[in-house]
Amino acid sequence: MKSNGIVAIMRKELARFFGDKRMVVSILLPGVLIYVMYSFMGQAMGSLYGVEEDYVPTVQVVNLPESVSALVEASGGVNLLETEVSAVEDAKAAVAEQGLDLLAVFPTDFDQAVAAYDPTSGGAAPNVEIYYNAASTASQSTYMMFTSLLDAYEAQLANKFDINAGGDTYNLASEKDTAGTYFASLMPLLLMIFLYSGCVAVAPESIAGEKERGTIATMLITPIRRGDIAVGKILALAVVALLSGASSAVGTVLSLPKLMGAASDELSANIYGAQDYLLLAAVILSTVLLLVTLISILSTFAKTVKEAQTYVMPLMILVMVLGVTAMFGGGAKTELWYYLIPLYNSVQCMVGVFSFSTVTTGVAAALAANAVYTVLGVFVLTRMFNNEKIIFSR
Amino acid sequence: MKELLQVQGLTKTFRLSAKQQKLEKTKEKVRTAVNNLSFTANEGEIFGLLGPNGAGKTTTLRMLATLIRPDSGDAILDGASVVKEPDKVRGKIGFLTSELKLEEFFTPNYLFDFFSTLHGVPPQVRQQRREVLFARFGIDRFAEVKVADLSTGMKQKVSLVVSIVHDPDIIIFDEPTNGLDVLTARVVTDFLQELRDQGKTIIVSTHIFSLVEKLCDRVGIIIDGRMVCCDTLEGVRQGKSLEDRFFDIYRETVGDVE
Repeated sequence: MKSNGIVAIMRKELARFFGDKRMVVSILLPGVLIYVMYSFMGQAMGSLYGVEEDYVPTVQVVNLPESVSALVEASGGVNLLETEVSAVEDAKAAVAEQGLDLLAVFPTDFDQAVAAYDPTSGGAAPNVEIYYNAASTASQSTYMMFTSLLDAYEAQLANKFDINAGGDTYNLASEKDTAGTYFASLMPLLLMIFLYSGCVAVAPESIAGEKERGTIATMLITPIRRGDIAVGKILALAVVALLSGASSAVGTVLSLPKLMGAASDELSANIYGAQDYLLLAAVILSTVLLLVTLISILSTFAKTVKEAQTYVMPLMILVMVLGVTAMFGGGAKTELWYYLIPLYNSVQCMVGVFSFSTVTTGVAAALAANAVYTVLGVFVLTRMFNNEKIIFSR
Repeated sequence: MKELLQVQGLTKTFRLSAKQQKLEKTKEKVRTAVNNLSFTANEGEIFGLLGPNGAGKTTTLRMLATLIRPDSGDAILDGASVVKEPDKVRGKIGFLTSELKLEEFFTPNYLFDFFSTLHGVPPQVRQQRREVLFARFGIDRFAEVKVADLSTGMKQKVSLVVSIVHDPDIIIFDEPTNGLDVLTARVVTDFLQELRDQGKTIIVSTHIFSLVEKLCDRVGIIIDGRMVCCDTLEGVRQGKSLEDRFFDIYRETVGDVE
């Protein structure tokens, strides 16, 4: 009878969520939305700063020096037009109207002036004026290309020493460490938010909703123990919240390459082994149980679902702030007491797993502490179910 | 005849909010809803709690059903105390009131199974009772229709059936015919009489005189949370109609009806 009640409540809650197409959609929708949004953002950012690969920019040059002409020729892909000084104003207008990509005005006898210039003399160096239009992607990128070409030329003229000119690998961080640091700063925040939103999507509906609709009292007049209702609901809600969180996580992982563009090539989740994932799963499970319990307690105070969603807002802010602390870096904390702080300990455990700096005793302490907090929460929830002022408040 | 229910000095007070105090133009902070209420009910009888709205009928029934705890006093239902053993009491009673709703998403079949499990009814017994009760109330045709899509009358019938899945010996029914159409009301009152004939103890609350005259073996009249008269139907009526007798008693205790 004892476990029967828990199982019956769990099955009812799960049947409620999975029997209703709209509920299933609302659970899985966040993942789809994240995927679509991130992919779109990635694409939008890509097209904002890039031009089509086969685009040939048109550049008008006044007093084109031979050196620069040779450089541009060598790099190729530019339609270089020589112009007279008298045409400068027309060319500027063309750049402003985006009919021309770039106008470069060199001083006369640029090459000789550069060769004769002595930086120690204190006089003004030969000046190149380059007109462009920042509102046009093509003009902007041509400007960048052209200036970097000239910068390289200048560096080449005054070459006194080189940095990292050899073929050696100079960044001694392993690919694993780089990716680990990156994941450790970002993933805890994302995971915490996903888990939180998963819980918030279901717990207020299940508890405040049942109060609002008057269906919880129908259960309370049966001999089932209040504790069984609390445990059954929390377990079922945790399952649904995990699924919802998983949907968001999958959406993020799938869209990450599109969002990050080329940078994502260096980031691969393959660096984590089965043990890391197992540890992460344990941390996530214990976090979800605690979050669901906390949100359930807050929801029980509320008279309606709407009210419950207001009550849980401060918790959301707390979760986000704690998630952001992962970005301060420095790996996981080693002091044990940090792992006794609810929710913060989850963030620390996640940082540890992602950055390969797991403190084993810390994770163990966190899991144990969360278990204790959850049991305490269940106890509180049971007491609340027994309290007529809370459960029948209108 | 066995006394299956003993109510001993039940008292329940509620705190009045500042808003309510203003609304009712009163300075009292605490309202006594039920005041030292005692009565008994026997096996195989229908006991009616009669009184105007706000007299404390529903509060009394909710205490008997263990939904709320009395401030003082106790009620013993078939040997179990609502104060000390509420879990035991819940297994013995069927409680039905309009404030207990069924989750509209589920079907009558599912809810019957769910509440049978909560009450610990074994599967075989469950199947048998489902067939009998669903046929009795014509739910069988709607057994797989979501409660949300049922008519109001059918919803009430499903609520009634779900409240007695465990075949309780004591049935507590708050305003049994409120909001029901004449046909459904008739089905319900007939069923209550049937249950009495099976030896069940039934407590109903109502403010409808004709219902009490038709159904009840014994009546308790509650006014302002106090039991002012409790006897057999004949004993209360003293040869008059119940309505006339009620107003006599009302005048004696409260004064003229405004």
